[in-house]
Amino acid sequence: MPSFKIFDIAGSGLSAQSVRLNTVASNLANADSVSGDPASVYKARHPVFQAVHAALQASAASAAQSGGGSAVRVAGILESQAPPTVRHDPSNPLADAQGNVYAPNVNVIEEMTDMISASRSYQNNVEVMNTTKDLMLATLKLGQ
Amino acid sequence: MPISLDAYLGVHAQALALQGKRSEVLATNLANSDTPNYKARDLDFRAALAAAATPGAAGAPLALATTDAKHLGTQVNGTGAAELKYRVPLAPSLDGNTVDVQLEQAAFAENSVRYQATLTFLSQRFKGLITAITGQ
Repeated sequence: MPSFKIFDIAGSGLSAQSVRLNTVASNLANADSVSGDPASVYKARHPVFQAVHAALQASAASAAQSGGGSAVRVAGILESQAPPTVRHDPSNPLADAQGNVYAPNVNVIEEMTDMISASRSYQNNVEVMNTTKDLMLATLKLGQ
Repeated sequence: MPISLDAYLGVHAQALALQGKRSEVLATNLANSDTPNYKARDLDFRAALAAAATPGAAGAPLALATTDAKHLGTQVNGTGAAELKYRVPLAPSLDGNTVDVQLEQAAFAENSVRYQATLTFLSQRFKGLITAITGQ
């Protein structure tokens, strides 16, 4: 029977991809949040994924038993260090002394493609879970 | 019972376990399809099955040599851990990830079908046994 660990692995993939979708939503929602101060303007956020190797966590024997399956986790969320876009807009109440406002360094096109990629990866993991569930149920019916 | 159930089921029981293991490896690849520096892996099914069918053969690299009576033997019964190999990437991405999602999806689907085929074989064996027992 496929081990129950597959649900942990695919589940970790689901949660990592939903974190990614969350950051995409946050970046898109704040794409036009201008600020009068380049330091306080919103910065695009991106998650960093990391494989959790079972071999590092458990003893060598159980790692060999598990076949080395590794889940994924979000190691952290990085803020983009690209400079904000400067826009001259003296009529904006947030403009600084020079009449400039600072727009976030969010690349909307990049965020949209990131969203599609995250959505596809999420669907992949769901499909893995569904297939595994079907196989396990079929195994339970073996010999009946 | 005069017949051995292991011999009766043949290679299918071990094949089922290995296919279950392989689905775990492929699920790991799919879950890590966006992880930087993750290297896709797969199970060499032929080698793993040969090692599982003949424990102690040359294809079973996990067994430690016991040169003294007090040595503890390490017996790993065909879990396929040693046969895990890294995939040769067709188009590695810039972040060092070598998972090709389409390839992994295809391999996962193929493995699922093979698993179901093995299940069918096993099921037929059990049905045959029941027919022999009940004599109907």
